[in-house]
Amino acid sequence: MDRTRAPTPRRGCRCTNAKSKDDRSAHRCYDRIAPTNLNKDAGRLMGFLAATGRAFLIFLEATGRLALFTGSALSHCVRPPLYPRQILRQMIDIGYYSLPVVGLTALFTGMVLALQSYSGFSRFQAEGAIATVVVLSVTRELGPVLAGLMVAGRIGAAMAAEIGTMRVTEQIDALSTLSTNPHKYLVAPRLIAGLTMLPLLVIVADVIGVFGGFLVGVYRLDFNAASYINRTWEFLQPVDVISGLVKAAIFGFLIALMGCYHGYHSKGGAQGVGAATTNAVVSASILILVWNYLITGIFFSTK
Amino acid sequence: MTDPKIALPKIALKGVRKQFGPKKVLNGIDLEVGKGESLVVIGGSGTGKSVMLKCILGLLAPDAGSIMVDGVETTKLRTREREKLLHKFGMLFQGAALFDSLKVWENVAFGLIQGEHMPRAQAKEIAIAKLGAVGLSPDVAELSPAELSGGMQKRVGLARAIADEPEIIFFDEPTTGLDPIMADVINELIVQCVKDLGATAVTITHDMASARKIADRVAMIYEGRIIWTGHAGDIDHSGNAHVDQFVHGRAEGPIKMQVRAL
Ligand SMILES: Nc1ncnc2c1ncn2[C@@H]1O[C@H](COP(=O)(O)OP(=O)(O)OP(=O)(O)O)[C@@H](O)[C@H]1O
Ligand SMILES: [Mg+2]
Repeated sequence: MDRTRAPTPRRGCRCTNAKSKDDRSAHRCYDRIAPTNLNKDAGRLMGFLAATGRAFLIFLEATGRLALFTGSALSHCVRPPLYPRQILRQMIDIGYYSLPVVGLTALFTGMVLALQSYSGFSRFQAEGAIATVVVLSVTRELGPVLAGLMVAGRIGAAMAAEIGTMRVTEQIDALSTLSTNPHKYLVAPRLIAGLTMLPLLVIVADVIGVFGGFLVGVYRLDFNAASYINRTWEFLQPVDVISGLVKAAIFGFLIALMGCYHGYHSKGGAQGVGAATTNAVVSASILILVWNYLITGIFFSTK
Repeated sequence: MTDPKIALPKIALKGVRKQFGPKKVLNGIDLEVGKGESLVVIGGSGTGKSVMLKCILGLLAPDAGSIMVDGVETTKLRTREREKLLHKFGMLFQGAALFDSLKVWENVAFGLIQGEHMPRAQAKEIAIAKLGAVGLSPDVAELSPAELSGGMQKRVGLARAIADEPEIIFFDEPTTGLDPIMADVINELIVQCVKDLGATAVTITHDMASARKIADRVAMIYEGRIIWTGHAGDIDHSGNAHVDQFVHGRAEGPIKMQVRAL
């Protein structure tokens, strides 16, 4: 049989390196299919189908596992006993220590928005609208999304690293043997803190963002301060702010969920924890962008 | 008391199997531990001793077989029931597994505060007393686990395992990494737990001196099975070549180490 032209053996099969005939026949692989073109194609097709099926099964398994994890963690959020110390610690971590980074992000976003919309809107003599543009963009979109992304990097990574390390050093096993449910002790407090703290952060971000726009508008673009503030309030509706806060709550939940989920299921040593951290940040960021679209659709679609 | 056949065994394993991928680790474990008995499990590195303890605790789900604790089948328990069952257990992990976000005394008092809802001040007193019993001074209590040496961490783990006076205590290599004198102190502590508290103890150890001191009975695990159990006094004339080789630590014998010459 022409071994060099045999189709690639399935993963994990050592046939091509096998020295003896016995060794090779111990494995089932495509080497044994007669090398007519038809069979070769069939072999390839089967290989492709098997790979697709395997990937699909892995996907289903991961989805199911995430769903179970979410369900269990949510049920622990509402079932006493809760752990007030843990909740408080997480709230301080998320709410208080994220203030500088979220504040700075909001400030510069507001400032750049004012600058950009001024130079853009002056082309059709609509400079007057920039206060409105700033406040609507910040409250509806940029406040929650940028705060969410920043917190995903800061908190999601930290959660995945902490819980992942606890997993690989058997601390999670130790929790169980001390009759403490890890979902209740580790995951639920983080979900509660994420869900409640992000909206508070976003309120702060909204105020700072609008203030950033105000600074640029008044001191750089020479708007009248009082009329800028008037313009800011003029078209602002409660739904603009509320939709932003709903987004923030959901983003906070997603960030904590991804951090906990990936940390909880990390394996191996430092490398596994590293992978968990990356996955937590990436998946949280993507989910934030997807849900941002979905929630915007629910609140503002006119159709 | 030490004969498991008279009374209901505290722990009984039958045909327990566990494999990771293609690797069969436990291959039909049969083992009984009587109430108030101290069993020492010996066996080569990587033969599945720690995995066996984790299966009993339900941290790993066995692939087959039955595990009874106080006559109750535990392999199919639901989370709530398992939580209740674990109240009976204390475990010293091989790597100590201390909570590094908590202080040393909070680690020791964890089971008391979370499990038994004891006030923190009272739990702290007990924790400091338990730390004293493993030879650690009260000022260690305020440190974080990362500031301790390996042997100290092990002793804190031990203090945590016995803090809420469980009925069943598992010690995974309690004396590894300790100096010989401290090792003997820990041996006595384990004997004391069994004698005074009436606890049932399962200890994994590679330290034969420790095994002789702690054990009522010894079980040897090899290739995923218990190949020998007997009274502690009999390990020198077990009549089993594997046990003989292990107890005397000889490289030659029926147990072949998977090593290649340099
Ligand atoms: N979570 C796991 N995933 C995959 N394999 C594992 C896992 N845990 C243990 N094993 C494997 O099971 C075997 C037995 O491991 P175990 O920790 O029980 O050994 P041990 O008898 O306690 O050894 P030692 O005396 O060195 O502690 C090892 O070969 C290990 O590779
Ligand atoms: Mg071990």
